[in-house]
Amino acid sequence: MTLLTENVPDLATGSLFRFATAGSVDDGKSTLVGRLLHDSKSVLADQLDAVERASAERGFGGAAVDGVQQLDLALLTDGLRAEREQGITIDVAYRYFATAKRSFILADCPGHVQYTRNTVTGASTADAVVVLIDARKGVLEQTRRHLAVARLLRVPHLIAAVNKIDLVDYSEARFRSVEAELQRAAAELGETSLTVVPVSALRGDNIVNRSERTPWYAGPSLLEILERLPSLTDLETGSESFRFPVQTVIRPQGALAPGLDPDEYRDYRGYAGQIVAGTVRVGDAVAVLPGERTTVVSAIDAAGEQLDEAFAPQSVVLRLREDLDIARGDLIAEAGTHGGSSRDIQASLCWLSPKALEPGSLVLIKHGSSTVRGRISEILGRLDLDTFTDQPAARLGLNDIGTVRLRVASPLPVDAYAASRHTGSFLVIDPGDGNTLAAGLVTGSDPASVGPAGARSAGGPDVS
Amino acid sequence: MSTAIGNRLLSSLDALESEAIHILREASAEFERPALLFSGGKDSVVMLHLAAKAFWPGRVPFPVLHVDTGHNFAEVITFRDETVERLGLRLVVGSVQDYIDDGRLSERVDGTRNPLQTQPLLDAISTNRFDVVFGGGRRDEDKARAKERILSLRDEFGQWDPRNQRPELWRLYNGRHTVGQHVRAFPISNWTELDIWRYIEREGIALPPLYYAHAREVFRRDGMWRAVGEVSRPEPHEKVQVRTVRYRTVGDMSCTGAVESDAASATDVVREVALSTITERGATRADDRISEAAMEDRKKDGYF
Repeated sequence: MTLLTENVPDLATGSLFRFATAGSVDDGKSTLVGRLLHDSKSVLADQLDAVERASAERGFGGAAVDGVQQLDLALLTDGLRAEREQGITIDVAYRYFATAKRSFILADCPGHVQYTRNTVTGASTADAVVVLIDARKGVLEQTRRHLAVARLLRVPHLIAAVNKIDLVDYSEARFRSVEAELQRAAAELGETSLTVVPVSALRGDNIVNRSERTPWYAGPSLLEILERLPSLTDLETGSESFRFPVQTVIRPQGALAPGLDPDEYRDYRGYAGQIVAGTVRVGDAVAVLPGERTTVVSAIDAAGEQLDEAFAPQSVVLRLREDLDIARGDLIAEAGTHGGSSRDIQASLCWLSPKALEPGSLVLIKHGSSTVRGRISEILGRLDLDTFTDQPAARLGLNDIGTVRLRVASPLPVDAYAASRHTGSFLVIDPGDGNTLAAGLVTGSDPASVGPAGARSAGGPDVS
Repeated sequence: MSTAIGNRLLSSLDALESEAIHILREASAEFERPALLFSGGKDSVVMLHLAAKAFWPGRVPFPVLHVDTGHNFAEVITFRDETVERLGLRLVVGSVQDYIDDGRLSERVDGTRNPLQTQPLLDAISTNRFDVVFGGGRRDEDKARAKERILSLRDEFGQWDPRNQRPELWRLYNGRHTVGQHVRAFPISNWTELDIWRYIEREGIALPPLYYAHAREVFRRDGMWRAVGEVSRPEPHEKVQVRTVRYRTVGDMSCTGAVESDAASATDVVREVALSTITERGATRADDRISEAAMEDRKKDGYF
C-alpha cells in the first residue's frame, strides 16, 4: 500500500512521457512491458489475480526462479482472445503507469506481420523508443529496421534493451559485443546517442531496479532512464518556431454558450487549434498560410481565461488584429519563419498497406487540418536495410520505406519534418476506401510552384 | 485574468486536456453530424466539460445521446437532465425499456441490461444519421480497450474489428468512412481513472451525488455491495444493512456495485483512487467478471 502512494506524480510538476517498445518475434517484449508495469507497482490486485490464475491454468514456466513461482507477465498486456490463444500480440496496445516523477504512456508495438506499421505508429508520438534485442541473437534485420524507423521519425531518445541477459549467464563479453554491434548500426544511421542497457525481463534485472547480477554495468535501470529524459514537448516548445494549424473558426453569434453576455461576444471571431511547435505571445507578428498574409496576435483564449503566452502542445483560441479570411486548413506561423506553401513535395514514405504503391497513383494527402488530392509522381528509391541507403525501386510494398515526389492539388504549408514534426508529416489515404496507405515525412518542397490557389492574399486583408 | 507560465512545461493533466480538446475539434470539424454519449457518469461528464471548453465561447455544437437501460439510479437521470438544460443542449434518448416492452429485445436471464444497449445505440445512430459519436472510453479500463483507436471505424452493425484497424500517426486522425459506416471517437483514451478524478477536482466539476460517500441500504453479492432498489432486490439470505458507500462507476443498477468509502469530496476520492489496489471495473462491474474477454466480445458486437 505505501508503495502505491509513491507512484502518484506531483500534479503541479509531473509531466507526461510517451514511449514505444519495439521488438522482433519472441524477444520477450510483452514480458518486458509486463515487468515494467509489475515492478513499478502499476498492476492492481485484481489484474494480478487474473494473471496468476491464467499462468497456473496454462502451466507457465513450471520452474520457480529464486524460489518464487513466476507469472506469465505477457498476459498483462496481450488482451485479445486471439492473442492469448496464439501467444502473439496483434496490434499496438497502450498502457499507462506512473512513478513519483512522471506519468507514462507506453505504446507496445508488436513485431509481427505489420511490423513497420506498428513501429511507425508507436514512434510517431513517442518521446523515446525502446528497441528490444535478444542477447543470444544480437542485431537482426528487424533491429536495423526499428532503429531506422526511429531515426527517420526523429524520435528524440533511442534506447536498446539487450534482453535475456540471464540466458547468456550475465556475460559482460556477450553484452559488450551486442552493444558494439548496436552502436555501429546507429552510427551508420547518423544516430549518436543510443543508450544500451542489459536486462532480463523475465527475472527483472535492470528493468526497474538495478541488478546485482550485472556488476559490470554501472548505468541506470531502464525505468530510471525513462524518468530522466527530457520529453518531446520540452524540445518542441524550446527551440522550434511557432506553428498553429487552424482547426475551426469560432464565431458564436447566435449559438453563444449559456451564461455569456451576447453584447460582449457579438463580434467574437477566434481561431481554434493546438499549438504544434513553439510559443506564441499576445502582440506577436504572425503569418497566415497559404498566401502571404501577416497580422498580429491580439488575444489568446483558453475557455474563458485570457493568456499572455501559450506554447506547444496547448489547445487555445487565437484572436488576430486584422479580420482575415482564415479557414480550417490554414496555418498560423511565427512571421518570417516559414518558407511558404507548396504543391511539389519530396518526402519519405513508410508504406503501411498491403496494397502496393505504383508511380502515378492518385491519393489523398492529410496534412495538419487539411486534406487535399495528390498524385505520387515518382518513386526515387527504397531504403535498403543492409546498407541504409536508397536503392532504385519500381514500387513500394507493405513495410517498405521509400522516397517519393508528389504533387498536390492545392498548396500545403509544409515544413521539413526535421524542422517541425507536425507540420512536416502527413498521411497518404486511399480515396476509394478511405484507408491509410502511408505515413509521410517531408524532406523538401518547392515554394516556387505555388500556383494561383496560393494567391488568396491578392485582394489584401478583408478588414471589416 | 492573465496567466504567465514560467517554465513552459505542461503538466500531464494539461497535456491530456489539450489532446482531448484537439480531438473534439477535429472530429467535430470533419464530420457532419456528431453526437456525444452522455449518461451522467463521471467520464461522460468530463467529456461534456471538455466539449464546452473546446468550443467556448460558442455552445457545444452537437446533441448528446443517452442509451437508457431503464436500470439507472434516479439521481443520475436527474443530474443528466439538469446538466443538459444548463448547457442548452438537445438530448436524444434511446430506451432499452421501450425495446423490451415492444418485444424487440428480451430481458436476459441474469437481469443485466448493459449488453442490451447495443441495438438501441445503433438504431439511434442510424435514425439520427450521426456520423461520429464521442464516447468516454479509456484505454486503461480494460485490455480490449487498450487496443482501441482514438477514431474507431465501425460498420453498419457497429462492429469493432481489432485485426483491421487503421494506424494512427502523430496527431492526424483519419475519419474517412463510406455510407453505412460511422466512427466512434474517444478523446479521453489516454486518461486514467486517477487523471479523471484529478481533473474533476481541479476544474470543480459537479457529479451525481452517489460518486461521494453516503449512507445507503445495501446487501452483499458477488463480493460487492449492491444497492437495494427496484431492479436490485436482495434474496432472502442476503442481509440488508446500512453502510457508508460510494460508486466508482455508475451504470446498470442491477450489476453495478458500490465500495465502502468515506470519500466525501473529489480531493478525498483522488486520495482513495491513488491508494486503491483494485481496478474500477474489477471492483464494481459484475458484467466484466463474466469472462476474460467480456469487454472484447461486447465491443465486437457494437458496444462502446
